[in-house]
Amino acid sequence: MSNNINYNVDADGIATITWDMAGRSMNVLNESSIKDFAEATERAIADEKVKGVIITSAKDAFLAGADLDMLVKTAFGPKDAKYLTENSGTLQKIFRRYETGGKPFVAAINGTALGGGLEITLACHYRIAADNPKTKLGLPEVKVGLLPGAGGTQRLPRIIGIAKALPLLLQGKELDPKKALAEGIVNEVVPADQLLARAKEYLMGTPVSAQPWDDKKFKIPGGAVYSPGGAQTFMGGIAMSHKESFGNYPAIKAILSCVYEGLQVPFEAALRIETRYFVSLLLDPTAGNMIRTLFISMQELNKGARRPKDQPETDVKKLGILGAGMMGAGIAYVSAAAGIECVLLDQTIEAAEKGKAYSTNLLDKAISRGRSTPEKKEKHLALIKTTADHADLAGCDLVIEAVFENRDVKAEATKKTEAVIPETAIYASNTSTLPITGLAEASKRPESFIGIHFFSPVDKMMLVEIIMGKQTDQRALAVAMDYVKKIRKTPIVVNDSRGFYTSRCFGTYVNEGIEMLAEGIAPAIIDNVGRATGMPRGPLEMNDDVALDLGHKVRTQTRKDLGDAYEATKADDIVETLVVKLGRYGRKNGKGFYEYPSDGKKYLWEGLADLAPVKIAEGSPALIKEIRERLLVRQAVEAARCFEEQVTTDVRDADVGSILAWGFAPWTGGPLSYIDRIGVAEFVKMADGFAGKYGKRYTPPQLLRDMAAKGETFYQTAKLAAAAE
Amino acid sequence: MADAYILDAVRTPRGKGKKDGSLHEVTSLHLATTVLKAIRDRNNLDTEMVEDVILGCVEPVGEQGADIARIAVLNADYAETTAGVQVNRFCASGLEATNMAAAQVMSGQSPMSIGGGVEAMSRVPMGTSGGAWPMDPQIAFKSYFAPQGISADLIATKYGFSRDDVDGYAVESQKRAKHAWDNGYFKNSVVPVKDINGLTILDHDEHMRPDATMQSLAALQPSFAMFGEMAFDGVVQLRYPEVERVNHVHHAGNSSGIVDGASAVLVGSKEAADAAGIRPRARIRSFTSIGSEPSIMLTGPSAAAERALKRAGMKASDIDLYELNEAFAAVVLRFMQALDVPHEKMNVNGGAIAMGHPLGATGGMIIGTVLDELERRDLNTALITLCVGAGMGTATIIERV
Repeated sequence: MSNNINYNVDADGIATITWDMAGRSMNVLNESSIKDFAEATERAIADEKVKGVIITSAKDAFLAGADLDMLVKTAFGPKDAKYLTENSGTLQKIFRRYETGGKPFVAAINGTALGGGLEITLACHYRIAADNPKTKLGLPEVKVGLLPGAGGTQRLPRIIGIAKALPLLLQGKELDPKKALAEGIVNEVVPADQLLARAKEYLMGTPVSAQPWDDKKFKIPGGAVYSPGGAQTFMGGIAMSHKESFGNYPAIKAILSCVYEGLQVPFEAALRIETRYFVSLLLDPTAGNMIRTLFISMQELNKGARRPKDQPETDVKKLGILGAGMMGAGIAYVSAAAGIECVLLDQTIEAAEKGKAYSTNLLDKAISRGRSTPEKKEKHLALIKTTADHADLAGCDLVIEAVFENRDVKAEATKKTEAVIPETAIYASNTSTLPITGLAEASKRPESFIGIHFFSPVDKMMLVEIIMGKQTDQRALAVAMDYVKKIRKTPIVVNDSRGFYTSRCFGTYVNEGIEMLAEGIAPAIIDNVGRATGMPRGPLEMNDDVALDLGHKVRTQTRKDLGDAYEATKADDIVETLVVKLGRYGRKNGKGFYEYPSDGKKYLWEGLADLAPVKIAEGSPALIKEIRERLLVRQAVEAARCFEEQVTTDVRDADVGSILAWGFAPWTGGPLSYIDRIGVAEFVKMADGFAGKYGKRYTPPQLLRDMAAKGETFYQTAKLAAAAE
Repeated sequence: MADAYILDAVRTPRGKGKKDGSLHEVTSLHLATTVLKAIRDRNNLDTEMVEDVILGCVEPVGEQGADIARIAVLNADYAETTAGVQVNRFCASGLEATNMAAAQVMSGQSPMSIGGGVEAMSRVPMGTSGGAWPMDPQIAFKSYFAPQGISADLIATKYGFSRDDVDGYAVESQKRAKHAWDNGYFKNSVVPVKDINGLTILDHDEHMRPDATMQSLAALQPSFAMFGEMAFDGVVQLRYPEVERVNHVHHAGNSSGIVDGASAVLVGSKEAADAAGIRPRARIRSFTSIGSEPSIMLTGPSAAAERALKRAGMKASDIDLYELNEAFAAVVLRFMQALDVPHEKMNVNGGAIAMGHPLGATGGMIIGTVLDELERRDLNTALITLCVGAGMGTATIIERV
């Protein structure tokens, strides 16, 4: 019937509407498929011969939701409430039409049904799922800053009750068919090969052809909004969501309001309420920024958007890892997991074995959780060869150095390694602080010398920062990118600079916390507001976690390197006192900004009051707002400087990298999206204001002033550049 | 503007607000009727003179719903011309009702009005009437909603009151209440609740625990620690980031008790009092209600007191006796800290920690308590105030005549 949908009516009058979009591996909701689906359902309703209707899919998945490109286009389209409202109800109308059309509709859920996909089935009168534990059923819209706007916020709680529906809506949790059956989301789970037969059998029996909520006597299962149960659910649910999201995600409040308001009125009115909140999320910049960075840009980076296109494909089969410490051990684990033969080298075989034991531990844990098997473990461990002999590195395609952060130690490692590895091999350093160009001076072939910066813990952190030294060539980049793709991590590509991109910007966050402490802001305010801003931890506790002595070392080195250009601040004195005089190194020795009692929760060290007497003890709304803005603006100014200096050259690298590397407040979509969101001119004004009050570190780079003068934004410029390519 | 005078004040005893409480078998209507009848009968009042009866009630649903004030007026056999209206300013409803009665008199729109309140907490439990604040995400997020116990613990944390401080206050409240009862200080105001045959059901406050000690209170678990850890501490810290960790110090022994009871305060002009042959007991100098930050919720009394003092042209030290409802111990400790009020002037005969807090009725009750005490001690001025849900405070200053 169309490129998207097949329509068949059998001799018994059972119509089957099969989603099967041509040229795609997955069905998605987009303009053309929605139109075809509407036509098919209308046809079934109109056809007198049709007694019942099955909706299913010919792909592995049933339907995985809306087309994200379409969503982003809408999110960055005209912010016109009337226009958006008129154009947001299309799916709602189609669903409403077939759930009230008088004919029984059955969803035969053959595979994953997410978002709009699940909403199609919720509007059906009966849902049967094929028994496949890999099938995922859920409404994950909240994860992209939206809400299920095709009746999902209304039908799910009317089917399974408010208390069960809210967690699914608010966390976007995905369930397998058995769990969905237990929750009451689907009516039956049957073996996959019986799915369509069972659907037909149901329709040939005495099927339901109206929804319970269209019955005047309908009662919400588990109780109404204003019932003892409802009161508990909302009071607790709101507080928990507020605490966990810090109020940074408009979608969370919108979903709660859809359920609170929608479940008190008849269904048609409830749908109007849902649309209003859906539109409010499109008018707000959060959803668009989140989708663009966390989904579209990330997918593009994962697919190799930043890989030099003219370089032939490479494949790292044998990897050398220098240093079996925490990082080296992690790199060996993730590389062997991707089937790469690893040579894990350290000064002694014992040290190397200790590094390998890291993999053994992780694999044992995975087995105990049912995520791996002893066979897989054996295979995995067999790929990691431990050694103390550089000769074993012969034949490596790529070597990653993860030894002590000291130029001399690293130079020696480079020389010893280059003596044995093939001429064609790429040599990478996992340094997080030392400029690559300088390290490459120890190399015979600096064009093959590159930075591959992993984050700790390597097995959990998804980002890899690839650093181009001055002489690094495109072949080295291609090998690094292909390797990162093979271990299924997300690469960003940056140019050499002190701290590269991620450490440099992250440093401004933790530093600013100490600056605020020096100004006399109570430490609890600094960390509480830091967390509430959407950062994973407060700046002071983050300092403790990365270790204050390390921070002190970096400061001292930077000061030495920059000489007069260094802007000394009171924060330097605080760190100096903590580390040198008081021996407070952070979490690692149980003493930092916090105390770490062995038998309880950490708490702020009382002695801080002597170090930085508290002058601002109350977190007024104005102060909270300013601290929040300072923390974000300070990082964003640094990210913009990196862009100006061409440390980063692609907005996707800058934004995706910020969230994956140091957890820059995800609701912003990253520092450059944050600047765009505020408006470059307004951002410049804010940053200048902070520079006047708190120091030159806030001064916006010329790039931003120029952009403001021209009315440009980062993403608009990036789009134009991409189009020109 | 005319002056408004307190002509008389009565209250019922407070019954334990549970199924085994003595007043649980008594209807709210009967409680309200009891105080309306008492204030009429002991003043030989011609109720034709009473133009309005304003009763506070916080859970105005079920038997307390649909304007209990008018229904009680009818049931107490007042003149048919006496109107009735129920008001809700949460915990200060009873005082608010009295202030409104005073306003009617001061503006010359009523010769005599009655304020007061009724709350049978064992029969219409807290929360029965619902409400948008904790439930509607729009306002709950915006105002960082937390239950009052969390707010009280937040006050203790922010203003530095330890578990010992709040427990110590509670022990003293019990001691003072016992002493007052033993010496008959409440005799003038408390009217027993009787059954239909005229037999007494309850003639004393039955919630008191005079044997409470620091040791016995120390055994009680904080009531809001679990709630707080689950979510609400995190919510209030968003508004009060200076609090590193909420110190949960309040429990059943240092918070107001749940009880049943009713109160009535007769307010009138000088002329009306003369005409009725009643000698005014006190003049209402000023009153006010204020709004304060809703998340910490219970810090309103000091701001309300300050405004009422300013309006009366007085200083905090001009007040002889203070009566601040003991919703939670920290509320009173914070008030004394903020206005530098000595404990010797504050709640001298105990308060709601010992005797209970029948929400809508309390404001009317404590006016009578402090007025009796002013007379007993032959002092002149008192300030009555209560903390109020959603961040409010109500205060009234009275002066003997």
